[in-house]
Amino acid sequence: MSGRAPRIGVVTFPGSLDDRDALRAVRFMGGEGVALWHGDRDLRGVDAVILPGGFSYGDYLRTGAIARFAVVMEEVRAFAERGGPVVGICNGFQILCEAGLLPGALIRNRGLRFVCRWVQVRVETSLSPLTSGLVPGEILRVPVKHGEGQFVAAPDDLRRIEGDGLVVFRYCAPDGALADEANVNGSAGSVAGVRNPGGNVVGLMPHPEHAVDPDVGATGGQPLLAALLETALARVSAA
Amino acid sequence: MSSEEALHRRLGLTDEELGAIVAALGRDPNHVELAMYAAMWSEHCSYKSSKAHLRTLPTEGPSVLVGPGQDAGAVDVGDGLAVVFKMESHSHPSAVEPYQGAATGVGGIVRDVISMGARPIALLDPLRFGPLTQERNRWLLEGVVAGIGGYGNCIGVPTVGGEIHLAEPHSSNPTVNVMCVGVAPSGSLITSARPVHEGSLLVLFGAATGRDGIGGVSVLASRTLEGDAGESRPSVQIGDPFAGKLLIEASLEMAEADLLEGLQDLGGAGLTCAASESASRARLGAELDLDAVPLREADLEAFEILTSESQERMLAIVHPGRLDEVLDVCRRWGLASAVIGRLVPGDALQVRRGGALVAEVPARSLADEGPVYARPMLPPPERDDAITDDPTFATYGSSPADALLAVLSSPNVASKRCVWEQYDSIVQGGTVLGPGADAALIRIEGTLKAIALSSDGKGRFGMLDPYLGAAHAVAEAARNVACTGATPLAITNCLNFGNPERPEVMWQFAESIRGMADACRAFETPVTGGNVSFYNESGDSAIWPTPVIGMLGLLQDHRLAVRSAFAEGLLVYVLGETFPELGGSELAEVELGVVAGRPPSLDLDREVALQRLLIEGARADLLRSAHDCGDGGLGVAFAECAIAGRTGFAVSMPGSLPPHVGLFSESGARAVISVAPARAGELEELASALHVPWARVGETGGPRIVFDGVADVTVEEAAAAYEEAFPKLLAG
Amino acid sequence: MRHTFEVLVRLKPGLLDPQGKAVEGALPAMGWTNVTAVRVGKHVELTVEAPDEASARTQVEEMARQLLSNPVIEDFQILAAADVGR
Repeated sequence: MSGRAPRIGVVTFPGSLDDRDALRAVRFMGGEGVALWHGDRDLRGVDAVILPGGFSYGDYLRTGAIARFAVVMEEVRAFAERGGPVVGICNGFQILCEAGLLPGALIRNRGLRFVCRWVQVRVETSLSPLTSGLVPGEILRVPVKHGEGQFVAAPDDLRRIEGDGLVVFRYCAPDGALADEANVNGSAGSVAGVRNPGGNVVGLMPHPEHAVDPDVGATGGQPLLAALLETALARVSAA
Repeated sequence: MSSEEALHRRLGLTDEELGAIVAALGRDPNHVELAMYAAMWSEHCSYKSSKAHLRTLPTEGPSVLVGPGQDAGAVDVGDGLAVVFKMESHSHPSAVEPYQGAATGVGGIVRDVISMGARPIALLDPLRFGPLTQERNRWLLEGVVAGIGGYGNCIGVPTVGGEIHLAEPHSSNPTVNVMCVGVAPSGSLITSARPVHEGSLLVLFGAATGRDGIGGVSVLASRTLEGDAGESRPSVQIGDPFAGKLLIEASLEMAEADLLEGLQDLGGAGLTCAASESASRARLGAELDLDAVPLREADLEAFEILTSESQERMLAIVHPGRLDEVLDVCRRWGLASAVIGRLVPGDALQVRRGGALVAEVPARSLADEGPVYARPMLPPPERDDAITDDPTFATYGSSPADALLAVLSSPNVASKRCVWEQYDSIVQGGTVLGPGADAALIRIEGTLKAIALSSDGKGRFGMLDPYLGAAHAVAEAARNVACTGATPLAITNCLNFGNPERPEVMWQFAESIRGMADACRAFETPVTGGNVSFYNESGDSAIWPTPVIGMLGLLQDHRLAVRSAFAEGLLVYVLGETFPELGGSELAEVELGVVAGRPPSLDLDREVALQRLLIEGARADLLRSAHDCGDGGLGVAFAECAIAGRTGFAVSMPGSLPPHVGLFSESGARAVISVAPARAGELEELASALHVPWARVGETGGPRIVFDGVADVTVEEAAAAYEEAFPKLLAG
Repeated sequence: MRHTFEVLVRLKPGLLDPQGKAVEGALPAMGWTNVTAVRVGKHVELTVEAPDEASARTQVEEMARQLLSNPVIEDFQILAAADVGR
């Protein structure tokens, strides 16, 4: 045991919005939140990285398209290639897809409107930094808030994503069943989150960082962030 | 000379106003100066028709830190923290281009809050449109809602409340108001009380200046540009929320590092307003060099640069010793910045372009010495007819149960979930209660406190009696805040009216101010600022007089927040008394299609007592739920509690009023609460001690909504009526 | 030399296009019942300083590949100013 709390970095891009919220949630769960800046070539020795939600660069060209070229992203890529845990939430998910660190892409919601709503997601695999230790089939209540969260991929890619077990979360009804009404943005296969083949990079549209504090809502994000802290802690101990 | 006179009239200035300008300058104004005066002495910037009335509002109180006259009001909430808040209208731009009109409205009000050095933590959007049976009204609503979301969601400020009302008079003139609330350490508020020094620099940062929103003075364009005026002078301003977000972060970083002597946003009348107000408040003059202003197109004329309303710009007053740090912050956030002038001794605002002096005017005369009018007032003649035909005594054909479902699905009452789901209501992590609650509750980071926010207007009541309409709006806003357990502290407002040059409109305005003032005095909630929006009319048809109230309250411990939803096994009480008052009611509009009669009377003492009971009841943790009784009366209030908790109830209506009157009367000073049986005695004692009439009417539980012997429907039926109506209307 | 181009970015064939579907759904109500296969894309105009048009076009292709489009879901086409009639 190293005796220290895991250090979780949260990157602020111009236009990031949920960066402070992610830092607050990390602290709430007992981790040390470390603010990272898009223009710095430095991850400040963190044990895991969160790319937070928001509208980086206004998302004017395509969501995440410009942020993926930020200086810090070279470090994030290198960190991920070394097996470091990387989590993309909402805009962070979009950035990871644009960067090619996760498969697929996110386009406008089926309903064409921004949607802010509490939803259920079903855990599909324990092979990700957010779900290690969780049992597939577990149902968590978390909020979404996005205009471009419809997960898509070319048919061949989609088959590979499903076949290789890269789907980490799916939108579901309260009883865990997949249903069209529960698929809040029309994602292919109700996909709410995916991982990379290595299992250390994960992205999801829902916001676990907004679901840890019982004073402001449900707490479906707690087990996810707890898993991230555990994963990060394992790296501390291994080092 | 005669063509000159024509010019000032074309700019919207009267002959008398031109005379006052000549007197202030001691000579005739040149074109540039005339443009500056036309912009600053416009109704929008000078409040010339409303000022005399606004002065009668109560504006002082123990917690008021900043009252009217600055970018936003500020209230002390303890722990060394100040809450800054302001409401504004963007109705006119929204009527032309709903998305951009609403989006730039959000951007503008947010900049008002950051110019006080406060971090914006909440937005509310009170909206009014014509009936959604008309396609144009649906287009306006969808565009406005998308614009609010498009801007608000992208800058990371949660939209936590607001309201939507529909009425025919708002068909050609939608009413789009937006309120922003911010928090700052009291000590670092940027107010006019800050010392400002001679020689301090004027730093413009943010977006480049283009030909945006200068329609009003574009008649001054030189002939060469006149030909394609339509194309080269867009009167629609386009918002850039990404730049808006960067402005928030950069401005707050400057404020936190104490780099600024002053900060102003560029809104109406653009640079002219920001520079003249900055100089006037500092009791100094200013030099402006237009060559230094970053331009989007190089060929802007001086008057265009001075009056452009390009969005996402701020003007900082910076001591020369802190300039480098200010420019560094701008660079870090990728914002353009330029030193465009400085403060100098004297009173003159001197403007240079290409080295030549193009304008020289007394800053105070521009900013503070605009005309003040006492416009003639006259009650509208048709008013008496409307009042005498009172629906309280009408015959209602449908059963009370059918009427309840009809009222629940009427567009004014029905759930607006499909609208507010398009707004990010949870970013920043402090939203304890969001859209759909009586009032929003936002936790203040680092404390147990939460601020309560409600926005309310009473269109029908105001149309029938503007005094009562305004007073009821304040009362309902305060009651909404009190229902969550919070204590009302202060208000802001947005006063939406027709053409003030018409005596009927001016009478409506004066009566509204009188009603608002009386209610605010009774509740000890001073007015800290606001906005007046006149000329909301087309032809002879004006909007209803619509003063919208933005109420700020404080809850000492957010864990004691009271919600409206019923749960199983509780005792239900009606607080307050129901009178036969269906004048201007939702029922009359839904069932009879009329807006007529005398609005409910208002007993301010009863309102005060009820609010005290709600606040003290919450503090003692006696209330398991509390809900304001407003549009649609007790019928709607009870049904909303049941729908929110998916829990039914069985109650006997108190009193002996006819069923429709008892269910749907909109008497003031009432609330529906539920209490755990073990705490009933305490609640009843407290209510009696505070002289609040109360009636224990039944209990919660089961799948049905039962008003004994009057109406009986299932919660599911009621929920379907309430939740499905608005999406269906929007679908056309 | 300054060379102006227009880059058309569109979703790859076969991918669901929610915006296109919405437009397609709205047209029949306005009387155009004969419209199918609506796809919405975006266009980007840009001017490049380069010695000749060929090298300018090569650079624009690179920009389109790296930033203006997402190859996972989008194709692009480059039109010179002459092609778009200016």
